[in-house]
Amino acid sequence: MTDLSHIRNFSIVAHIDHGKSTLADRLIQSTNTVAERDMKEQLLDAMDIERERGITIKANTVRIDYEALDGQTYVLNLIDTPGHVDFAYEVSRSMRAVEGSLLVVDSTQGVEAQTLANVYQAIDADHEIVPILNKIDLPASDCDRVAEQIEDVIGIDASGAIRVSAKTGVGIRETLEAIVAHLPPPKGDRDAPLKAMLVDSWYDSYLGVVVLVRIMDGVLRKGDQIRMMGTGARYGVDRIGVFRPPMTTVDELGPGEIGFLTASIKQVRDTRVGDTITHEKKGTETPLPGFKPSQPVVFCGLFPVDSSEFEDLRTAIEKLALNDASFSYEMETSAALGFGFRCGFLGLLHLEVIRDRIEREYDIDLITTAPSVVYHLYMKDGTMTELHNPADMPDLTYVDHVEEPRIKATILVPDEFLGDVLKLCQDRRGIQLDLTYAGQRAMVVYDLPLNEVVFDFYDRLKSVTKGYASFDYQLVGYREDNLVKMQVLVNDEPVDALSMMVHRDRAEARGRAMCEKLKDLIPRHMFKIPIQAAIGGKVIARETLSALRKDVTAKCYGGDATRKRKLLDKQKAGKKKMRQFGKVDIPQEAFISALKMDS
Amino acid sequence: MAEDWQEAGFGLYVHWPFCQAKCPYCDFNSHVVANVDQSRWADAFEREIARYAAETDGRVLRSIFFGGGTPSLMQPETVARVLNAARAAWPFANDCEITLEANPTSVEAARFGGYADAGINRISMGIQALNDDDLRRLGRLHDVADAMAAFDVARTLFDRVSFDLIYARQEQTLLGWKDELRRALDMAVDHLSLYQLTIEEGTAFGDRYAAGRLRGLPDEDRAADMWDVTQEVTSEAGFAAYEVSNHARPGAESRHNLLYWKSGDYVGIGPGAHGRLTLDGARWATETPLAPGAWIEKIETTGSGEALRETIDHADRLAEFLLMGLRVTDGIDEIRLSRLGGDVLFNNISKLVSLDLLERRDGHIRATPQGRAVLNSILREILSD
Ligand SMILES: Nc1nc2c(ncn2[C@@H]2O[C@H](COP(=O)(O)OP(=O)(O)OP(=O)(O)O)[C@@H](O)[C@H]2O)c(=O)[nH]1
Ligand SMILES: C[S@@+](CC[C@H](N)C(=O)[O-])C[C@H]1O[C@@H](n2cnc3c(N)ncnc32)[C@H](O)[C@@H]1O
Ligand code: SF4
Ligand SMILES: [Mg+2]
Repeated sequence: MTDLSHIRNFSIVAHIDHGKSTLADRLIQSTNTVAERDMKEQLLDAMDIERERGITIKANTVRIDYEALDGQTYVLNLIDTPGHVDFAYEVSRSMRAVEGSLLVVDSTQGVEAQTLANVYQAIDADHEIVPILNKIDLPASDCDRVAEQIEDVIGIDASGAIRVSAKTGVGIRETLEAIVAHLPPPKGDRDAPLKAMLVDSWYDSYLGVVVLVRIMDGVLRKGDQIRMMGTGARYGVDRIGVFRPPMTTVDELGPGEIGFLTASIKQVRDTRVGDTITHEKKGTETPLPGFKPSQPVVFCGLFPVDSSEFEDLRTAIEKLALNDASFSYEMETSAALGFGFRCGFLGLLHLEVIRDRIEREYDIDLITTAPSVVYHLYMKDGTMTELHNPADMPDLTYVDHVEEPRIKATILVPDEFLGDVLKLCQDRRGIQLDLTYAGQRAMVVYDLPLNEVVFDFYDRLKSVTKGYASFDYQLVGYREDNLVKMQVLVNDEPVDALSMMVHRDRAEARGRAMCEKLKDLIPRHMFKIPIQAAIGGKVIARETLSALRKDVTAKCYGGDATRKRKLLDKQKAGKKKMRQFGKVDIPQEAFISALKMDS
Repeated sequence: MAEDWQEAGFGLYVHWPFCQAKCPYCDFNSHVVANVDQSRWADAFEREIARYAAETDGRVLRSIFFGGGTPSLMQPETVARVLNAARAAWPFANDCEITLEANPTSVEAARFGGYADAGINRISMGIQALNDDDLRRLGRLHDVADAMAAFDVARTLFDRVSFDLIYARQEQTLLGWKDELRRALDMAVDHLSLYQLTIEEGTAFGDRYAAGRLRGLPDEDRAADMWDVTQEVTSEAGFAAYEVSNHARPGAESRHNLLYWKSGDYVGIGPGAHGRLTLDGARWATETPLAPGAWIEKIETTGSGEALRETIDHADRLAEFLLMGLRVTDGIDEIRLSRLGGDVLFNNISKLVSLDLLERRDGHIRATPQGRAVLNSILREILSD
């Protein structure tokens, strides 16, 4: 139990890769929170997939003790957050649990789109912000220019920005001092009824569901009977503790403190992030405002390549969902692909992460169907239904109109690439909202249909700007447009997994591009294969994949029989990686690759 | 009841694993070695023949094939010792075909007489191209003039002469190939092997190809055009294909190779040689060590050159019967197919018949002309479950 004036709670926020996790490493290390031999790079990125991709996906909390220059010891609770836009939700809820933010800006790159997005969120959460200019060890570092940019673009005072190299450790001491000096201590009343914020929860194979809490008022102790005000669920607290970063039990958590509790909660789904935890008896009357729940925005079908693995896939998906409340799923059957699941994700990276984990951790080969956003179908009878899967689009005679989700996208780009970025946004049916300059960089704000963005917008943006643009978005609402379902027919059979919603004006171009792509992706067969795109019954694009002409081994004598036979066996196994549609084998990767547009 | 192999007979393959130089496209088991103690090799071959003879008593030998590597580097004396050992082991069929693969240089042509005396009655020459630039690109040690001279020598000494050409070479044009093929057919030859250049992994060409530095190779469509031209030109000259890459005047087909394609039994001796033997009702596959030194030392120390002997189960036997048999223009015998358990495949076969890729006639199943060009796909389809 620490006195409020000696606690500082803060999140570390930044654009992706600007060095948040590395800075967290140095803070942990310089305060001797972790023994030197247990130290490793991006210590908090513990998941395999985080280490492999070198990015943070889950926000992580650590409690460190810091003996400041004033001779006093402070308890610092830091939350390292992810930078990628798909996981922006992790950042916003982390911010609700703390009073301040370290805003890390890579001094070789400057302000990027997520820097802005994070600052706005921090301001929204009434945070004190300490700007950090990182990576000053690199020759390309330009602190003066970046500080100026922070003032110009963001409008916060950067004169006191701390110059840091999270790699070498320069500026870490100053950072710790600034945390103590500039960030406010938390407020709270120890004698008031318990009021704790449920910040996050996850499944731990030893402890079951672990709940991350921030105590606002009152004191939480082991053995307490608690109530979740939103869900009404009641539990006895089994264990409470803090992260150092390993879970370390404590006797109590008082106001201003951040820690965890466990309480024989069965699934992550039984907890609601943002909920208020109080004591069952003499609890508080006024819950905290809560968070807006995160909504999956991208949906796609996941099917096992080998249909006998459906049950394994179910198990894998259930296990992953146990720990990831933002991932949704329901069973789906497809004429061509058999049984699978329609899954919802926060974005494409989230989708990839889940798909990778299923393939690797559970060893199941997957077919991923065209990602789609959620459309709102307004029916002639006055009702509205959500469309998660283009294959389920009802007959148009019943549909009055279709609305699609729109986003507000913010793109920062060096001015020499501005033209390319504007063209890309226009091509994707964007409406320009704003265009301003900060030095050599332009900030463009566009209203775009989410459907034009989820798939390959970011890849295209990176390629037209040689990687110099950054991008962030928020959902802003739904709008009507002339949207139709485009079907793809391979050898005259509709392939539902390739159906997609498109804007009517762009349907021909999309259809043509799709047919051309498929023509390259589907291997030649022993017969010729027509590939068509159609709207309703009307064919709008067509290609023909000609029949295979040559596929025979030139030499085959006595010594080759064994080798040829084994090769055939291997090819038979390879064929299992394809799915048959009528008589046609379509390789797995075709389902995703066919949707990537080149412009 | 007669055993299945008897439909095609019994043969002997002898592998000579040495070459003068390694050709960049070749993935055969061939090695460049300065000095070979040929009498030691003859001893080893003799011991192997005797060992197999003991297991195959009473069989009649239909054919013998000296393949390589470059068997025309063997001394005629070495060839004679092998043939004598074979004669002592098995009775020869009256028309026993005895082939030796030869590279067409003058040095080698000088040995042809000796081979004829030893009993060789058929020569298969690796001419590869009738164009000096292309021969150089293929890394060959002979030019067209050498090849012609060697061919003339062979023609006077042997009843039967065949040669090999490789097409779909770098920068080769359709017209160029047509012309080259016509010139080949004008030579007094009775058999031709026409191989489409295959880029094999682990060869010099394979490495260059992987690195994107082997230019001018035809794509699938151009290669298919060359194949079509090959079929046309040879058919016009009365040299229609009797197998995917082999063409002959009627009656001049290679009996030895037909024995492979028709799933006969054969003994394979020499480094890396494979054999197929039906013994006590089971069909066995044999293999020997690839490295020449390992093979010969194995024989000298253990008395046997075999590194592996295993039975081939029913499914694999059926697969081999099809993949070898459908290469032949005549196709496979339906009764043999049934006996080998192939009835379960008739559904798949019917589908391919309806696509006009296979045909069933006179108790045979054969690939149609367009089917033969995509035989690998056909095989995958027939054998799919
Ligand atoms: N040279 C140099 N490299 C740094 C510094 N700080 C971080 N890096 C490197 O920058 C890369 C990204 O660092 P992370 O700490 O993973 O960045 P992050 O902001 O946590 O990234 P996300 O969690 O994915 O948003 C890594 O390769 C780090 O080694 C620094 O001060 N100097
Ligand atoms: C055992 S090999 C070589 C025999 C002999 N040493 C020679 O090179 O003339 C038999 C034939 O296979 C053919 N061949 C070898 N490698 C080939 C390849 N990569 N592609 C096509 N044909 C090939 C050549 O025509 C060669 O004559
Ligand atoms: S092609 Fe013939 S000569 Fe050339 S390496 Fe192969 S076996 Fe030897
Ligand atoms: Mg990180």
